[in-house]
Amino acid sequence: MTITTEVSPQSSDSQGDKIFWWNDPRIRGFILQGAMLLAVVLVFSTAIYTANSNLDNHHNARGFGFLDNRAGFDLAQALVDYPKDATYGRALLVGFLNTALVAVFGILFATILGFIAGIARLSKNAVISTIAMVYVETVRNVPLLLQMLFWYVGVLQVLPAPRNSFQPITGSVFLNNRGLFIPQVSFTGMTGWGILFGLVLGIVAAVIMSKWATARQLRTGAQFPAFWVGLALILALPIIGFVITGANYTTNFPIKSTFNLSGGMRVIPEFMALVLALTLYTGVFIAEIVRSGILSVSYGQSEACHALGLTNGQTLRLVVIPQAMRVIIPPLTNQYLNVTKNSSLAVAIGYPDLVYVGGTVLNQSGQAIEVIALWMLVYLGTSVTTATLMNWYNQRNAIVER
Amino acid sequence: MSKRILAAAFGAAFAFVATSAMAGTLDEVKKKGFVTCGVSQGLAGFSLPDDKGEWTGFDVDFCRSIAAAIFNDAKKVKFTPLSSQARFTALQSGEVDLLSRNTTWTMGRDTSLGLMFAGTTYYDGQGFMVKKSLNVKSALELSGASVCTQTGTTTEQNLADYFRSKNMKYEVVSFEKQADVDKAYESGRCDVYTTDQSGLYAVRLTLANPDDHVILPEIISKEPLALTVRQGDDVWFSVVKWVYFATVNAEELGVTSKNADEMLKSTNPEIQRLVGATDKFGEGIGLTNAWAYQAIKLVGNYGEIFERNLGPSTRLKIARGVNALWKNGGLQYGPPIR
Ligand SMILES: N[C@@H](CCC(=O)N[C@@H](CS)C(=O)NCC(=O)O)C(=O)O
Repeated sequence: MTITTEVSPQSSDSQGDKIFWWNDPRIRGFILQGAMLLAVVLVFSTAIYTANSNLDNHHNARGFGFLDNRAGFDLAQALVDYPKDATYGRALLVGFLNTALVAVFGILFATILGFIAGIARLSKNAVISTIAMVYVETVRNVPLLLQMLFWYVGVLQVLPAPRNSFQPITGSVFLNNRGLFIPQVSFTGMTGWGILFGLVLGIVAAVIMSKWATARQLRTGAQFPAFWVGLALILALPIIGFVITGANYTTNFPIKSTFNLSGGMRVIPEFMALVLALTLYTGVFIAEIVRSGILSVSYGQSEACHALGLTNGQTLRLVVIPQAMRVIIPPLTNQYLNVTKNSSLAVAIGYPDLVYVGGTVLNQSGQAIEVIALWMLVYLGTSVTTATLMNWYNQRNAIVER
Repeated sequence: MSKRILAAAFGAAFAFVATSAMAGTLDEVKKKGFVTCGVSQGLAGFSLPDDKGEWTGFDVDFCRSIAAAIFNDAKKVKFTPLSSQARFTALQSGEVDLLSRNTTWTMGRDTSLGLMFAGTTYYDGQGFMVKKSLNVKSALELSGASVCTQTGTTTEQNLADYFRSKNMKYEVVSFEKQADVDKAYESGRCDVYTTDQSGLYAVRLTLANPDDHVILPEIISKEPLALTVRQGDDVWFSVVKWVYFATVNAEELGVTSKNADEMLKSTNPEIQRLVGATDKFGEGIGLTNAWAYQAIKLVGNYGEIFERNLGPSTRLKIARGVNALWKNGGLQYGPPIR
């Protein structure tokens, strides 16, 4: 933050010692910065002072001690235990996890959809590219909040009541205005561990195998179906684990009860609407980012690949996308941050995310400053973490100059 | 909507941070020439804009009484519709001068939210509404139900207490805006609608087929709905409190909007003090001595306000019940003006 000016030391030297100290850019810089710092300190201390005396006048407590007080309200979705004497702190944790869940699913689905749509827009097949274009142009121009309300009020709330559920798989999968219900499978005894062990083993084996395949290809030129073999390993080993540990499992099917379905696993409509809207909306922007990333790779590269006899798929996967990624990742990071921040629109459709829970806590406890500080801290923290991860990934993909 | 919560929350935080202690609210109200009154966003009988855009209702009328007492003009009110979630921050930040917004008087709100409750205009309790077709006769049959309600209310807390203490399972679906709760209930997202019983009557009227819904007999809480002001401004607190008491005393003494002028000549000392024919009680709270006379003449006494907005002649058809005067066996009781 040093202030540099055009006046360079040499020019002042050449003028001899006629320079007054207030014309010295270094001293001026110090003075300006000092004044700035003083102003900031003053503003902040006045703010803190007035806040303090106002809080005294209003008999408001302050500090984060209130997080230990009993919340006394329930939440529609909790990923961790949320007992009846849970504290405000616990409620906020539930809200944060709900935000994280939406963000993770939103980012995952939007990335998949965005890559497909972005590539599809460049397709030589007119039908495919037109579908992608229509998707991008319509969804991009409708505000996210409206899309959310559309899915929630216009689509999910008009589904049939529980007793008339849609049953895509009769007796197992139910869709109604209370959400999506699927059977819950739980593994008992050693079976759970067997599957987990198989999965870890499968992933490790797949990684080793793919390293070996690359090395062999470099050495001998011979190709190996590494992708398919890897997939087979990752799928087969957990199955073997499942079988040799005795295949102990129980299933819990959703069944009709007085008001609703009970049992099974349930995805609430508020979550579905939020993830749907975030996915479709963010997918558009990712599609455009992917499209421009691909277009930034010169067409000569593709021609060269075709001349070498690579298929279209190979060209895209091995040559174009890896180079496009360097252009794609920085704006993609922005989209990921947007998903997290936009998920705070959840309040409008009653999904208990961090903003929703924080709002209720604020209303009950009156600790406005503390709740806002927590909101800012959490959203800032999540954004910084996401950005750091993406930057790390980007650096790994950066062009290695030789 | 989240933007509103955020705006309100930041408003409150900003008020704490940026403004020095609030000057006297009464002086400010007199200076700006109107009262800013926080009301609900639309609840038939309590606060609802009519087809000409004029706010009407029980809660609205108490705002008008206060304006009438101060300005001798019941129209000098600016109504600010607030969600349950945003109401306290709006009051604390000075966006409104008082809440007349079916707000339950609780100890927590009274002591640690920086609020003061100036008198219970309506004694209520929380109830449940369900579709008739469910054939539910009692709240005790509701185990496993989805329940719709509003966030930022005592309602969501009572609900949690009730179901958990009865060991009944339930799912809560809550929204910040009442319109969204209504929609979710009507679409069948929930089996049950819960809020203050008066609110249930009001909501039922706005449903497509009001007769398809029943309000269950159980009342699970005490909801004294009270006028609310900021802590630390005793003068304003007195004004709001005594305007309300004046409407109750006026009913007890038979002073109405129609006979207020004759009552100025009454020989009953209690009435003389109320209408300001004798003594200087108005000046004692920073108003003119005609304060109560103005409020009653322009808006009416407690009974008139009740009948006009909620009583048997209205669509809501709510009986006076516990809100009858104390001498008729109810709870409405105005301390003497003397
Ligand atoms: N009395 C309760 C609940 C008050 C409340 O918000 N009630 C709802 C339903 S009756 C309401 O007024 N909604 C109207 C609105 O939000 O505009 C409290 O003070 O927490």
